[in-house]
Amino acid sequence: MEGLLEHPGYDGEKLRRVSEQLPCREVQAGMLLSLMGEPQQYCYPSLFIYGHRASGKSHVVNVLMKELELPHVTVSCVECVSSALLFEQVLLSFFGCDAASLLPRSPSLSDFVRIYKQRTSEFPSKQTRYIVMEQAELLRDASVNLLPALLRLQELDNVSVILLSEIVWDKFRPNTGCFEPLLLHFPDYSKAELLQILSAGRNSSYSAEFYSSYINILLGVFYTVCRDLRELQHLAALNFSKFCEPVAEGKETETHKLWKNIEPHLKKAMQTVYLREVSRSELSSGFALHVLPYYSKFLLIAAYLASYNPARTDKRFFVKHHGKIKKTNFLKKNEKTSNHLLGPKPFPLDRLLAIFYSVVDSRVAPTASIFSQISSLVTLQLLTLVSHDDQLDSPKYKCAVSLDFISAISRTVNFDIVKYLYDFL
Amino acid sequence: MSKRKAKDAHLPIGECISQVHQILRKRFCHQQLPVKPEGVEAQHKHLAELLKRTVVHGESNSVLIVGPRGAGKTMLLRSVLRELSQETEVQKNLLQVHLNGLLQTDDRIALKEITRQLQLENVVGDKVFGSFAENLTFLLDALKKGDRSSSRPVLFVLDEFDLFAQHKNQTLLYNLFDVSQSAQAPVAVVGLTCRLDVLELLEKRVKSRFSHRQMYLLSKLTFPQYLERIRDQLSLPDDFPDGKFAQEWNAAVTVNFSELFNVLLLQKKETYSFQMMCLSRVSVARPSITPTDLLDASRFCLADANANMLHGLSILELCLIIAMKHLNDVYEGEPFNLQMVHNEFKKFLQRKSNSMYNFEQPIIMKAFEHLQQLELIRPADGASAKTQREFQLMRLMLDHSQIMEALQKYPQCPTDVKQWATSAFA
Repeated sequence: MEGLLEHPGYDGEKLRRVSEQLPCREVQAGMLLSLMGEPQQYCYPSLFIYGHRASGKSHVVNVLMKELELPHVTVSCVECVSSALLFEQVLLSFFGCDAASLLPRSPSLSDFVRIYKQRTSEFPSKQTRYIVMEQAELLRDASVNLLPALLRLQELDNVSVILLSEIVWDKFRPNTGCFEPLLLHFPDYSKAELLQILSAGRNSSYSAEFYSSYINILLGVFYTVCRDLRELQHLAALNFSKFCEPVAEGKETETHKLWKNIEPHLKKAMQTVYLREVSRSELSSGFALHVLPYYSKFLLIAAYLASYNPARTDKRFFVKHHGKIKKTNFLKKNEKTSNHLLGPKPFPLDRLLAIFYSVVDSRVAPTASIFSQISSLVTLQLLTLVSHDDQLDSPKYKCAVSLDFISAISRTVNFDIVKYLYDFL
Repeated sequence: MSKRKAKDAHLPIGECISQVHQILRKRFCHQQLPVKPEGVEAQHKHLAELLKRTVVHGESNSVLIVGPRGAGKTMLLRSVLRELSQETEVQKNLLQVHLNGLLQTDDRIALKEITRQLQLENVVGDKVFGSFAENLTFLLDALKKGDRSSSRPVLFVLDEFDLFAQHKNQTLLYNLFDVSQSAQAPVAVVGLTCRLDVLELLEKRVKSRFSHRQMYLLSKLTFPQYLERIRDQLSLPDDFPDGKFAQEWNAAVTVNFSELFNVLLLQKKETYSFQMMCLSRVSVARPSITPTDLLDASRFCLADANANMLHGLSILELCLIIAMKHLNDVYEGEPFNLQMVHNEFKKFLQRKSNSMYNFEQPIIMKAFEHLQQLELIRPADGASAKTQREFQLMRLMLDHSQIMEALQKYPQCPTDVKQWATSAFA
C-alpha cells in the first residue's frame, strides 16, 4: 500500500491537495488510488464502497475525482426514480447533450448500451471513466436487470462503476448471481479522529486548545449515543455559543468551571440529539391538552382503557358490584403478555361507550355530539380507525397515545387512570 | 534502480512496473482471452465442430452452454469464434447476432436489435408485420444470397438465456428454435446460462423444438490445480519487454505461492478480486508480490461485512442489539418491538448503579430507527401503516456468533456491557 503522496500517472501537487482535504482518510484514499491505477490502465469493473453514514465515502470519491480531474459522473440514486434519468445523466456527462438527445422516450437499457457503444467506437476513451452511484441501495428497487448490467459495463469500454452504500453487499446480490464487485470498507472514525476533524472546524477567535477542550467535553457527553460526524458538527456549532458565554461576559476562563456550567445544558440537548425535526411525542404533548373538551378527554381515557385492558377484566373494573372473580385466571401469566409492550388492541364502539358511561361521573345521554367527538378524535390521530371503511355499523378503533400523555390528561380531570389499568394491578 | 546487466533490453523499474500493471490489469479487469483455454478442450472441440457444420454445410443447430457464474462460458464461445474467424469462408459468410437477456428484456426490443445487428434496417423500413414469425422470416429471406439458393448462415448468441425464457409466450425462443428445426435458413442458436435447471423453464412447444444438446462447464479442478491456475494468472507472459524482470517476477510468485498454499484459504470462486488486491500493492517501492501481500489480500477478501458495520455502532445501539439477542434467546426467535427492547434494556440499567445510559424514549427510538436503516433489523411482516412505530414487530438479521465476535472487536467496550452480553440470564 503506498502513501497517498506518490502515485505514478498522477501529479504530485494534486495528490498533496487531495491529502489535505482528506484528514484521517489517507489509508482508504490510498487504497482506492492504487486500485484505480494510472489513468489509461483498467480499473476493476465495479467497486462497492460501504460504511456508516458520514464516514467519508462520497467525500473521498468526489475529492479524488475533482482534484485529479478524472472523467466521471456522480449520480444520486435518490434522484433517479426512473432509469431514464440515470441514462440521460451518464450520456450527458460523458458525451454531451447530442448523445443524450438520441435516447428515445422511456429508453430501455438496450437503447442506452447501443448509444454508448456507438459513441465509444467513434471516440474511444483514453482514460478510465467513472460512474459514481450514491445511495446505491435504491438500485435494488429499480428494475431487476439494471444492477447486474451496470456491474458489467466494462465489457463495452474502459469504464468503472463505483457504488456507495450504507448497506452490506450481501443484501444486494441478485437471485441468480452477478459479477461480484470489489468490496471496500470505510471504517468509522475513532474518538481521536473525530476530535481531530471536529477541532479543525473552529472559528479563529478562540485558540485551538480551547476549542479542542470544548470538543472533548462534547464528545464525552454525546459519544455513547451518536458517532455520526455530521450530527456532531451540528451539535458543536449549536452549543459553542452557550459554552463561551461566561468567557464572553468575562466571568470565567477555566475549563472545568466552564464544563460545570455547560453540563446540564448538554444533558438537556441530549434529549434532542438527532431530533432536528419535531418528534411525534413532542408534537402531541406540545399540542395543548386543555383544548380538548371535557367529554373528549373522558372518551380518550375510556379508549385507552379499552385498548390496554383485556375485555374479560372490564367487569371487575367498571361494574360497581362485580362479585367474586377467580384470581388465578385473572392475574397475568408472564411479563411478555404485558399489554403495554405489545401495543394497543382494537375494540368495538359499544365497548368504548360502555366504559365511557361508567367512567364519567355524571349522567350522559348518547347524543350526536358524543359521537362527533369520537370522529374528531380520529381526525386528530389520537384514535385510529381499524375496521374497513365499508363497515358502518360496528366500527373498531385503537388508541394511539402513550401512557405519559394519557396520564397528563387524566390529571387534568382528576381521574386516577393507573388504578384502572390491568398491567399495574 | 536495476543493477542487472541483462543481455536483452531492460527497462527502468518505473516502466517495468507500469507494464506489469498494464498487462495484469487487462487480464483481471477486462477479461482478456487467454491464448488457449485450459480444461475445456473437449467442449471447445465440440462447439467448434458444431458451428463449422452450420457455416460450411448449412446445417441448423442449437446448443445450450450451462455453467455457474465465472466458469468460462463466454470465454469458451469467444475463443471458438476467434478460431473460426481465421478461416476465410467463415469470415465471409457467417453473420453474428449477440443478444443479452439483461439488455433485451422484451421480444420487441430483441427483434429490433436483431434487425439492427443484421444491418437490415433499411430493408425493413416502415413495414408493419402481423406477427413475430413473419418478421423473422422476412429478415432471414432478406439474407438470401444472389442465386436465391440459400440464405447466409446466422449465429444467434443468447447470453443470460434463462431471462429470455421469462418473456411473454417465449415467442423469440419459439421462433428461433422453429427456424433451426425447419429447413428455412441455416441458423445456429447458442444459449449461455448459469441455471442448471434451464430446461424446466422452457414451454413444452419450445422444448420440443430444441435439440436438447447441452454442454456443461463444471469445474473439476483439485485444490493444487486451482492454486496453480491462480499463480499462472499472476505470472507475466513470455513476451514481456524486460525478460530478466519477468523471470524474477515469476520466480517470486511461484516461491511465495508454494510457501503459503497451506495457509491461503480462498473461499471465493472468482479469484480476480484477490488477484487485483495483490496487484494493487505492487509499486516502484515494492516491485514484487511478497507473502505479506498475499496474506493481506486474502484476509481482505474474507472480511465479514456485518462485523465491520457492527464495529461502527454507538454504544447505545450496541446495547439495543444485545437486548434483542437476549429477547431472541428467551423467546426463541419470536419477533419483538421497540417497547420490548426498551424494557429489556431498562432491566439491565436497574442492575447497574450509575445512570449514564438512562436515555429518554425518543433517543432510543432514533437509535432503533438507525438500526432499521442499516437493515440489521427488519419488519417481521412488511410495514403496516396501522400500527404505531414503537409497536411494530421486527426481527434481528444477525446471528448470535456474529454479535459475540463483534463485541470482542468493539473499541473500548464497557465491561458491564460485555458481561451483560455473555450472561446466561437476560
